[in-house]
Amino acid sequence: MFETKAGVLLIGGLGFFLFAFLSNAVVPILLYRHMPEQTVQQLVEKNENLQYQLEDLNVRYPEAFKKYYGEPGQKAAVEALRLGREVYIAEGCWHCHSQFVRPVSNESERWGKVASSIEYQNELQRPVMFGTRRVGPDLSREGGRRGNDWHAVHFFDPPQVSKGSPMPKYPWFFDGISFTALMTRLEKQDPTFAAKLKEDFGDDLASKQTQVIAAVRKKYPALAEELTLSPDAPNKRGLAIIAYIQWLGSWLEEYPDYERFVPLNEQMQNPLE
Amino acid sequence: MSEHSSSESEAVAAIAEGKLVEERLVLWYFVAALGYLAISLAGGLLMALQLVEWNPLQGSEYLSPGRWRMIHTNAIAYGFIANAFLGALHWAVPRLTLKPVGSRALSYFIFVAWQVVVLSTAVGIMMGQAQGVEWGETPTWIDPLALAGLALVAVNFMIPIAKTKGPLYVTLWYFMAAFVWTFLTYAMGNIMPQYFIPGTSGGAIAGLFIHDLVGLFVTPLAWGLMYYFVPILLKKPIWSHGLSLVGFWGLAFFYPLNGIHHFLYTPIPMFLQYGAVIATIAVELVVTTVIINFFATIWGSTRALITNLPIRWFYTGMVLYFVTCAQCAMQVTLTFQKLIHFTDWVVGHAHLVMFGVFSIWFFGMMTYLFPRLFRTPWYSRRLCEWHYWLSIGGIIVMFIDLGLAGMFQGYYWASLRPWDESVAGSQPFWIIRLFAGLVIIAGQLAFFYNIFMTWRMSRRSAARPAPQVTYPAGGRVAGA
Repeated sequence: MFETKAGVLLIGGLGFFLFAFLSNAVVPILLYRHMPEQTVQQLVEKNENLQYQLEDLNVRYPEAFKKYYGEPGQKAAVEALRLGREVYIAEGCWHCHSQFVRPVSNESERWGKVASSIEYQNELQRPVMFGTRRVGPDLSREGGRRGNDWHAVHFFDPPQVSKGSPMPKYPWFFDGISFTALMTRLEKQDPTFAAKLKEDFGDDLASKQTQVIAAVRKKYPALAEELTLSPDAPNKRGLAIIAYIQWLGSWLEEYPDYERFVPLNEQMQNPLE
Repeated sequence: MSEHSSSESEAVAAIAEGKLVEERLVLWYFVAALGYLAISLAGGLLMALQLVEWNPLQGSEYLSPGRWRMIHTNAIAYGFIANAFLGALHWAVPRLTLKPVGSRALSYFIFVAWQVVVLSTAVGIMMGQAQGVEWGETPTWIDPLALAGLALVAVNFMIPIAKTKGPLYVTLWYFMAAFVWTFLTYAMGNIMPQYFIPGTSGGAIAGLFIHDLVGLFVTPLAWGLMYYFVPILLKKPIWSHGLSLVGFWGLAFFYPLNGIHHFLYTPIPMFLQYGAVIATIAVELVVTTVIINFFATIWGSTRALITNLPIRWFYTGMVLYFVTCAQCAMQVTLTFQKLIHFTDWVVGHAHLVMFGVFSIWFFGMMTYLFPRLFRTPWYSRRLCEWHYWLSIGGIIVMFIDLGLAGMFQGYYWASLRPWDESVAGSQPFWIIRLFAGLVIIAGQLAFFYNIFMTWRMSRRSAARPAPQVTYPAGGRVAGA
């Protein structure tokens, strides 16, 4: 039996594999059968923290937000979270950041509530993003710790806001500033040059963008560079990954260093609060 | 009876004429494997440079270290190790069964198909289509193709094995079981957590997958090949058949039960975590019996460790295998996990397994087989020695360095000092790791150059009328 083909294939190959699958995979599946998987819609429905972050993104990056997600409602939240999760996986974020707080090594002091099963029973945790390595900190309680602008600059060039960070840059999360914004800036910075451009290319500069940009690049290379990339202009993927990071932990009431939720209209009334 | 032995002698004659083994395919597989090894080393180098902030390739989406980190691990598993296995299996299975593989045309088809699978995996990851399962980052659209490929591999090799009569040699137990396990493991890990099982229970399956990929695909095939090559090179049988049985059935039973030990202290129920811990410690006991068996085999012929390079590679790998498994039995306990989970300790452990054991065994097999495939001795024995010492030196330094780094990181984190301090404190270790990696790369460059020059020599000697050289199975072809 132990040296025959049938024994090796059926007992060793198939039998022991199935035994392990039953005990190590089917048992947890059965244990969690009373916790059905939540869809992203269900996750965003009552999540005011996330809603706040989306409104904040809409205020900070109105053009981009409108262009890619429309109004900052639940529909936008669902779309951004789904794409954000895809980006998080595609870029391998999960290989340097974990998403679970262990009950040991003072982790709940640093991050907050120890991870529990219910937090993972949803569409965005399929496959689950526990992670296996931390170069950077755990992210499962990252939402609300830092502002959206901080995240934008951090993705654009991490060491700028987090000294000594070995995190790579993600310039492909950003658009350039718009052509109109460039001309506005140029008119402030060097009105004679802006006027000269109009003389050379006619009043409708936008129709001759390529030539105009070439001319600007000659005189102000740094300014023209911003046309291609700027931390002020997260693109669709940039907005999505920021929303996703802000969602992580947003389902909890609070944890250490949590930025408390203040509705946007109250913030506007009391900017000092 | 006499009929049986006459067919055997016919088969032996077929080996001598090169009819039984498709040697060209073995060579192609090895060359493809080394190509992916080079890609994987490039990915590892990029990530190492990123961590010490010396990465010169910042800002390109397709060269992002985060994506290349996944190419690094996938190119080693599916590019280097899988291709090297297929090459070695094409050499070993026909010789063990005295029958050719199922179909020669199918063999070539599988070769091409597998390269398509691995290349599309690499390109898919580079384009940002990775799947969120560790070692299973293969983009979802490639998974069915990879599964079809694995099934064809199993069929092609099972045909000669099925035709053999009587008791089977230990190598073939490992191969047969691995064909079943690899297919099931790949299907389980790439499909269930992605489409069906969310959250914690999906994590348990992903843990099974990470572990089974090493334990049920790489480990059994690699040990099967050790049971094949070591007795041939030492010209004596394995010391104890009984211990071979213990080793195989112990691995078959305990190894699949280990998976959850990758996610200790998660919301996975504690009794399952304890089970995985105990099964892992049991694996260590089984491993000890295998190691005893192999060291008892070489007892009395230990001079081969100096004179016979493949044997030296194999036994070095076995010593490191024992170190890895002993380390595993300790690090898997909840006490160790408090400190070292999520740290570079685990990264060091993974490198010791995948490079320090399995890659090193393949270098031994390649050192043995390339001269036979080219029908010419190694261009330079000295370069073979450089390859050995640079690889071993590099991996041992890397392993110790990352283990220490992991302990420092664990204490930094538990001390609740700001996170940046753990990153700053890791820098010296990361710099040493970078140089250890460069040493390993230098060793492989010596190997590549040596292979290239040996190939050129073989071309030159092929232009002249071929001398009648015989290659006895355990022979001491110069250099080997």
